[in-house]
Amino acid sequence: MTVIQADKLTKRFGKFTAVDHISFEVKKGEIFGFLGANGAGKTTAMRMLCGLSKASSGLGRVAGFDIQKESEKIKKVIGYMSQKFSLYEDLTVRENIRLYAGIYGIPEKEISPKTDLLLENLGFSSEKNTLVKALPLGWKQKLSFSVAIFHDPVIVFLDEPTGGVDPSTRRQFWELIYDASQRGITVFVTTHYMDEAEYCDRVSIMVDGRIDAMDSPTNLKKQFQSPSMDGVFQQLARKAKRQAD
Amino acid sequence: MKQFFAFIKKEFYHIFRDTWTMVILLILPMVMLILFGYALSTEVKNAGFAVYDPSKDSATEQITHRLDVSEYFYLYDVLTSPEQVEEVLKGGRVSFVIVFSEDFYNNMVHTGEAAIHLIMDGTDPNTAVTINNYVSNIILGYQQELLDRATLPYKINILQKFLYNPEMKSSYNFVPGVMGMIIMLVCAMMTSISIAREKETGTMEILLVSPMKPLVIILSKVVPYFFLSCINLITILLMAVFLFKVPVAGNLFALLIVSLLYIFVSLAIGLLISSVANSQIVALLISGMALMMPVMYLSGMMFPIENMPIFLQGMAQLLPAKWYITAVKNIMIKGLGFAAILKELGVLSLMALALITLSLKKFKTRLE
Repeated sequence: MTVIQADKLTKRFGKFTAVDHISFEVKKGEIFGFLGANGAGKTTAMRMLCGLSKASSGLGRVAGFDIQKESEKIKKVIGYMSQKFSLYEDLTVRENIRLYAGIYGIPEKEISPKTDLLLENLGFSSEKNTLVKALPLGWKQKLSFSVAIFHDPVIVFLDEPTGGVDPSTRRQFWELIYDASQRGITVFVTTHYMDEAEYCDRVSIMVDGRIDAMDSPTNLKKQFQSPSMDGVFQQLARKAKRQAD
Repeated sequence: MKQFFAFIKKEFYHIFRDTWTMVILLILPMVMLILFGYALSTEVKNAGFAVYDPSKDSATEQITHRLDVSEYFYLYDVLTSPEQVEEVLKGGRVSFVIVFSEDFYNNMVHTGEAAIHLIMDGTDPNTAVTINNYVSNIILGYQQELLDRATLPYKINILQKFLYNPEMKSSYNFVPGVMGMIIMLVCAMMTSISIAREKETGTMEILLVSPMKPLVIILSKVVPYFFLSCINLITILLMAVFLFKVPVAGNLFALLIVSLLYIFVSLAIGLLISSVANSQIVALLISGMALMMPVMYLSGMMFPIENMPIFLQGMAQLLPAKWYITAVKNIMIKGLGFAAILKELGVLSLMALALITLSLKKFKTRLE
């Protein structure tokens, strides 16, 4: 079953074409890596799919809804975690969870048991009344992800979720992503860490607003005759004319 | 509705957990009121004066004595020659010098004309005007007594009298002004900063991706500050009445209505600022420069609007604070009711409508 569908999706800012006729499909439960150098248009493409930014042309469907006309319906069934760490620092772990539960309209009686379960799984039970700003960055990011999928969305969009985190924490973070995927949540993740690309079921590589390659990591490595995703990426990125911002 | 309350609760957590926000919201208004009340007052107390009195008769001595014992002035020096007048004023220890003509009493009684020369330090014109008024009143008072005792009827005497604020209390002027300023500051600055903060930290992005309606986000941002502004309004009014003895002579209900309307206008301005500002510092600067300065200088709070050049007078009409301050003065000091502030209520309502429409339009549901 296809949950994300993009057909010649384009975004122009004046004369500048940030996203240039990209087309792809993502299946349910898949972990789809959306790679590209800084400024290649990853974030803009993702924002169009989430309804944060209006497409200049092209079609897109997320969870069966049209991104141009039904963005309100899309918002109810997706989760989103942005580049910036985006929980409220001056709220406790528990208060943050309750806030998002309230925003997504989760019934009151489900919130408490769900919160306890989540905190237990994360090993955060003792920290539930700690202000978020007192947590280490890796913990914050794990919490941020858990909050983004707290309402059991069909798809979760992750925009460079592991920026600035050490490799071991990144690995733990990816375990959470696998868990979510096993529960049937589709994961759409942008990253520029190539070791993370290896963890994805399928990746697309954006160069100058276009998708230049798309396949499973294994196939891409074969195609580009490279032992690692990093090598694949380097070959494609060399063609880029656009300067990173 | 549940979203709405969850969000308001969160907004209150932000406010109560940030020391500076609390200080700005609750302590700053009081400090400002006290500062304006005591430090920036144009009232005169204990100003020194010198006297040059060549006649030294009962009348001149009486007048000097009356000035000296009044709570406003004290006799600093008695001069012996007219040359000393400028010298003592330059010294800066006296605010004015009073010079009597020769043969003062005789002239007054026989010709009906006697001159007093009042030489003021005009470096601070506001203070000089106030001193002039006080001194004139004291001398006129003395003259009045003489006339009462005299047998000659039908003497015309000039009497100055200030309506509504007979003691020329400056608190009557600054309390409405400070109210206008504080409400604008708290509402506009705090709302715009709190929205800009969400943009800065990235949480706004999360909210925009969530199913929350933009109108709900805006409203739940506004409600806590509306509530706190009401608390501020009550604090200021209580301080005004009990600390500065400014009466609420008119209709209290009318005062509350116009204040609530003004709070609403200020919140709408805050929302408008936040739609332009993407960081807290920009929001702060815009509200500081674009709101505080005009409100302080153009609203009639410090300088009378009638004395401004036509261009600035025109600008002043655009300030919500100007209309609010006028309305507050009408109610609190002149003791009028609803009928007297219909125009102000009308103008403020129009402003509220225009601003809220504009800021809702500008509030971006999409991040581009």
